[in-house]
Amino acid sequence: MSTNEWPLWEVFIRSKQGLNHKHVGSLRAPDATLALENARDVYTRRSEGISIWVVESAQIHATDIDEAASFFEPSDTKIYRHPTFYEVPDGVKHM
Amino acid sequence: MTQAEQERRFQEKIDREIKIEPNDWMPDEYRQTLVRQISQHAHSEIVGMLPEGNWITRAPNLRRKAVLLAKVQDEAGHGLYLYSAVETLGTSREQTIDDLHTGKAKYSSIFNYPALTWADIGTIGWLVDGAAIMNQVALCRTSYGPYARAMVKICKEESFHQRQGYESLIKLCSGTPQQKAMAQDAMNRFWWPALMMFGPSDAESTHSDQSIKWKIKRFTNDELRQSFVDATVAQAEILGLTIPDPNLKWNEARGHYDFSEINWDEFWQVVKGNGPCNKERLAARIKAKEDGAWVRDAATAFAKKRAMKKSA
Amino acid sequence: MQESALFEYVLRLSDDSLILAQRLGEWCGHGPILEEDIALTNISLDLIGQAISLYDLAAALEGKGRDHDQLAYLRYENEYKNVLLVEQPNGDFAMTLLRQFFFDAFRLPLYEALMQSPVEQLAAIAAKSVKETRYHLKHSSEWVIRMGDGTEESHQRAQAAIDHLWRYTNELFYEDAHDHALQAAGKVPAMAEIQAKWMATVTSILSEATLEIPKNNWKFDGGREGRHSEHMGYLLSDLQYMQRAYPNMEW
Repeated sequence: MSTNEWPLWEVFIRSKQGLNHKHVGSLRAPDATLALENARDVYTRRSEGISIWVVESAQIHATDIDEAASFFEPSDTKIYRHPTFYEVPDGVKHM
Repeated sequence: MTQAEQERRFQEKIDREIKIEPNDWMPDEYRQTLVRQISQHAHSEIVGMLPEGNWITRAPNLRRKAVLLAKVQDEAGHGLYLYSAVETLGTSREQTIDDLHTGKAKYSSIFNYPALTWADIGTIGWLVDGAAIMNQVALCRTSYGPYARAMVKICKEESFHQRQGYESLIKLCSGTPQQKAMAQDAMNRFWWPALMMFGPSDAESTHSDQSIKWKIKRFTNDELRQSFVDATVAQAEILGLTIPDPNLKWNEARGHYDFSEINWDEFWQVVKGNGPCNKERLAARIKAKEDGAWVRDAATAFAKKRAMKKSA
Repeated sequence: MQESALFEYVLRLSDDSLILAQRLGEWCGHGPILEEDIALTNISLDLIGQAISLYDLAAALEGKGRDHDQLAYLRYENEYKNVLLVEQPNGDFAMTLLRQFFFDAFRLPLYEALMQSPVEQLAAIAAKSVKETRYHLKHSSEWVIRMGDGTEESHQRAQAAIDHLWRYTNELFYEDAHDHALQAAGKVPAMAEIQAKWMATVTSILSEATLEIPKNNWKFDGGREGRHSEHMGYLLSDLQYMQRAYPNMEW
């Protein structure tokens, strides 16, 4: 068995001008140049993109699932950050 | 949190149709079932490239050649998406592929049947992809997020696969008697193996109940097989092809077609490695991996050299 | 004279594309890694697309009512005018990628020059194909560099492929009376100009790859005149199998 398995890369694609790059999947590549070429061949065969980002999966830092509650639940209670929290009299326009 | 509590919460999420994501807690058996099922699915895509791939150089015109190449290429892509989904469960692509090569992992038995004529290519598209799509559409709602997302992408891309096969058969069936006979012969050989693609009957299926409870699967093997038969009969009629089953007939009371019992002896023999092409298919995959080892090593060595130059 | 010269010229371009596409198609399902399997198939698909457009143009120039499939499938071996390079067997990945690299490095400057051709349909095909070919050359170059400057084994394999294929490269720049007539009319570029660009690309990429240009300059040709290598008969047997076994049927 070869121990030289190529690293895993995550692929992000901008589908058209004006939109964010969006995660579409992953692939194997030995380096960034070939990762971009592989991403082009694997993930844009049907005109899905106009720009590609790749990043080695090992370089991604993610929140810990065990800390999800302390990370995200506190914002659930701050409903005043949403416009629907506020009442405006009927007839007020453009707001 | 106790194990029981975690399992209860997990099932509650499943019941509420909340997708499970890679780092979420999941029962070991859920993880193992997924690894087994997704990798089996991935291997089927990759091994499935071989019978059709054999006809790329012999496709009868340039349009068909391009379509076939694009289709087989899609299958490589689909295998890749699925191997990536397996990786999110902590099993590397290399490990998954090694399991295929040692015979530990299975793939769909249909690909152990030979593609003998050009009509087989159309028939594979129509019946084999048709059966696969029946399965895959159901899997777009599977409970594991990465698997479901891969399936959505795959279903989108596969929509042309069945149509191109059917279109190719329409050409044959409206062509010369020789072409029509070629199509019927392919139908005769592929009908039963296509029905076998849905797996053992529900009574025999070992993993079915739990998979349905975990919403990995949404329908049982027999339910999907029945839907496939029901959908395919009319398509065969339009082609003017005869389905090779004397007992196939509409059952008014059930609202479904009745059909003969599958030859389960053949099914299990092919699963166990005794199909017409099992050895050739596996040998081709192993050869591709071994012949490619120096290529993968070369690129790795180059990347290391460049990284060292950069940091020096 | 010029109509038939242009037909011959376009037919050569078409045959190069078709035969190389056919070879690359053999890789599908057998590549060294899935990602590269997909990449090689993409190149093959581009070449089939180019072949269809080029054969359509050739058929129109010929004016005998043949279509692209009849040109692609129903000629005798000595009527195919592709260079010997593209019909050479795939061999290992190094052989395939070096063959591709030598071809891409030739096709790119040729298409760039043909974009300026007053033959509008040809210029249009060149304009579309040039983008595809630029990518092919990038991809094959990247691999030549990685194989050359990768491991000892990959270096040796790449060098062996160069040493074997080098004899077929001179034919890429073949010229005869057809070419001279078209060049005199300003319709196609002189091959010397293309060869200079090809040599510059090859020298620069091989040097980056730490690979060497062979000293032996013995050259083979004959493909442009329909005289092929032994491999061609087998390739055509596969390609033409259906059309020959089931004549006059539609698929």
